Amino acid sequence: MSPPAFVLRGGRVMDPARGVDAVQDVLLRGGHVVATSDRPLAADGAREVDVSGLWVCPGFIDLHVHLREPGDEGKETILTGTRAAVAGGYTAVVAMPNTRPPNDSALVTRLVQERAAAARLARVWPAGAISKGLAGEEMAELGELAAAGCVCFTDDGRPVMNAGLMRRVLQYARALGRPVMVHEEDLTLAAGGALTEGTQATRLGLLPIPRSAEVSMVARDLVLLEEVGGHLHIAHVSCAESVRLLREAKARGLRVTAEAAPHHFTLTDAAVAEWNTDAKMTPPLRGPEDVAAVRQGLADGTLDAIATDHAPHGILDKQLPFAEAANGVVGLETALPLTLALVRAGVLPVARAIELLSSGPAAAFGLPGGQLLPGGPADVTVVDPVAEWTVEPQRFHSRSRNTPFAGMRMVGRVVHTFVGGRPVFFEGALEKEETP
Amino acid sequence: MKPRARHSLLTTEGMSRSEVESLFARARVHARGLESGRSVRALEGKVVANLFFEASTRTRLSFERAAKALGADVLNFTAQASSVVKGETLMDTVRNVEAMGVAALVIRHSASGAAHLAARHVRCAVVNAGDGTHAHPSQALLDAFTLHERWGSLDGKTVLILGDVLHSRVARSNLFCLTTLGAHVVFAGPPTLMPAGLEEMGGRLAPSLEAALAEADAVMVLRVQGERQTAGYLPSVREYARLYGLSAERAARLRPGAVVMHPGPVNRGVELAPEVADGPANVILAQVSHGVAVRMAILEACA
Repeated sequence: MSPPAFVLRGGRVMDPARGVDAVQDVLLRGGHVVATSDRPLAADGAREVDVSGLWVCPGFIDLHVHLREPGDEGKETILTGTRAAVAGGYTAVVAMPNTRPPNDSALVTRLVQERAAAARLARVWPAGAISKGLAGEEMAELGELAAAGCVCFTDDGRPVMNAGLMRRVLQYARALGRPVMVHEEDLTLAAGGALTEGTQATRLGLLPIPRSAEVSMVARDLVLLEEVGGHLHIAHVSCAESVRLLREAKARGLRVTAEAAPHHFTLTDAAVAEWNTDAKMTPPLRGPEDVAAVRQGLADGTLDAIATDHAPHGILDKQLPFAEAANGVVGLETALPLTLALVRAGVLPVARAIELLSSGPAAAFGLPGGQLLPGGPADVTVVDPVAEWTVEPQRFHSRSRNTPFAGMRMVGRVVHTFVGGRPVFFEGALEKEETP
Repeated sequence: MKPRARHSLLTTEGMSRSEVESLFARARVHARGLESGRSVRALEGKVVANLFFEASTRTRLSFERAAKALGADVLNFTAQASSVVKGETLMDTVRNVEAMGVAALVIRHSASGAAHLAARHVRCAVVNAGDGTHAHPSQALLDAFTLHERWGSLDGKTVLILGDVLHSRVARSNLFCLTTLGAHVVFAGPPTLMPAGLEEMGGRLAPSLEAALAEADAVMVLRVQGERQTAGYLPSVREYARLYGLSAERAARLRPGAVVMHPGPVNRGVELAPEVADGPANVILAQVSHGVAVRMAILEACA
């Protein structure tokens, strides 16, 4: 059944991939963007939605989300995770494979796809494992995973410590036309640490994670990429030196893309003060110079996408002494206002901010969407750029509450989210599932 | 009964000089009481629970002696004999013990921040008896008290903290406590065991051990553990003893009247040569006896 048609009237259409920033009408019909126009479009039976004063953007795409299903449904499910996604303006998310069992086989890939189809909310693009059982030893059946629909390969949550395996995976994935996404953390350097090396870690008596744990792995993988080719994607870049290495690699023409997470461009390790385990993640929060460098990387194109690394955890995983608490924070429902904060701070032009949430990630992984192209999928996010609100974790659509932004004032909120032309989130609320 | 403001002692960071000095004044009273056998029975009818999730003999005995001298009933809990092994969490344990009607929980735990976590979830007082590599405030207070009683004041004195600072809660708590009292704190030890940020926290790194010894009024020798060798921080305990141990020759470089301290238990022949540990400069047993008086002052203020 084809979804109803909509005319979005009088919004500021921001479509950076097409260089559009203008007040336009947008017509969605048959699951596609049919037309965008400076002149009023005839409704022709379509439902008219007044979006004047709002921004009409390509649906946001998150390259890095942990949906926890199968295996940890107490933290999140594909249903609750995609509810959080559409409430945060995301029309598509890439689901990390570190589930239980991990997505290292087409069987698990298909389960994720089936659950996502049943949820009928955001598009879910599965990421396949690099190694069998995420063990970092033998390559997973990458060809079968690619054929089943995995859009990239990653052992995210764990690094690929074995350089020989990493080199062969880059070679093998190149033939499959898929990026290899890496969680850069040399475990011999991180060595049981819990916080970035520095005064805060020392003060709190937490073993330090030196920046070299990330930077040396970025350097290693860029060397391997230069040698064997392929497409390398660096997840959650957090260090100034990583940004510098990436900038140089891109200048030399290497096929590398990279993402940064809102917590890494917003917070420093000061947020951990007094043992806030909701500010614990890997890579850890860094220092002010690192935050500045990540912001610069987002602005100058060194970093291609903002990705949340949405990592839900239950209270029992977090209500522990810091070193024992689980790593990760939820991010889908706070990414937009944190990105817009960079616009207000003068770090990013507004078009670049939207690009980092939409066409940037789409281009990095070659995913559909990311622009409001007539004929393309009607994945659209409508934003109120001035709405103010306070983060109340108990009101999240996610099943988990582990955010370091609780109580913080935010500016900018998602009003409507359309996926394939269907209003899955409308007027600030999840749409009731229509009866087929 | 009217609920009273709860006092917990979790860290020496942020304690004011007057807070520390008033604890010292009470410790002095308790020290005299212990000597004369007539202690202040300030905690008569109250219960103090010692929750030791990490093995410790000296600190537990010292707290037990202090609580009993104040007239409190003491509950002792050690992790080996408890339900912790059955998966009961720290939170469950502290809430359960609190529900038994205790005035203060004295907590030792191997994880940094454990005492803060407990204090956020109970209404009774929490005294941190050592959490991971974070803090050991009662040890720092008794160390500072020992120096204070000897010198009359710490103002302008230089204390060298020598050894595995990275893993030392004693070093951190002493840094905050000693600088609050006007002393200069200098650190020396293997570079692999020196954490980042000590200068920002108010300390100074010694250019060399020899130079640091020559300017120190007191040397606080930290315990070095065999695990540091297997974890790759040190080539061997033997080499540690040679390069950083306080040998008789190194102790001879100390100023006349300088004192040698150790939080115990001492690895004789490793971080401290036996002749130094037992020599005229050592105040190690004074630290132990002051420990009871200082812990009495802490429990009296908190419980």
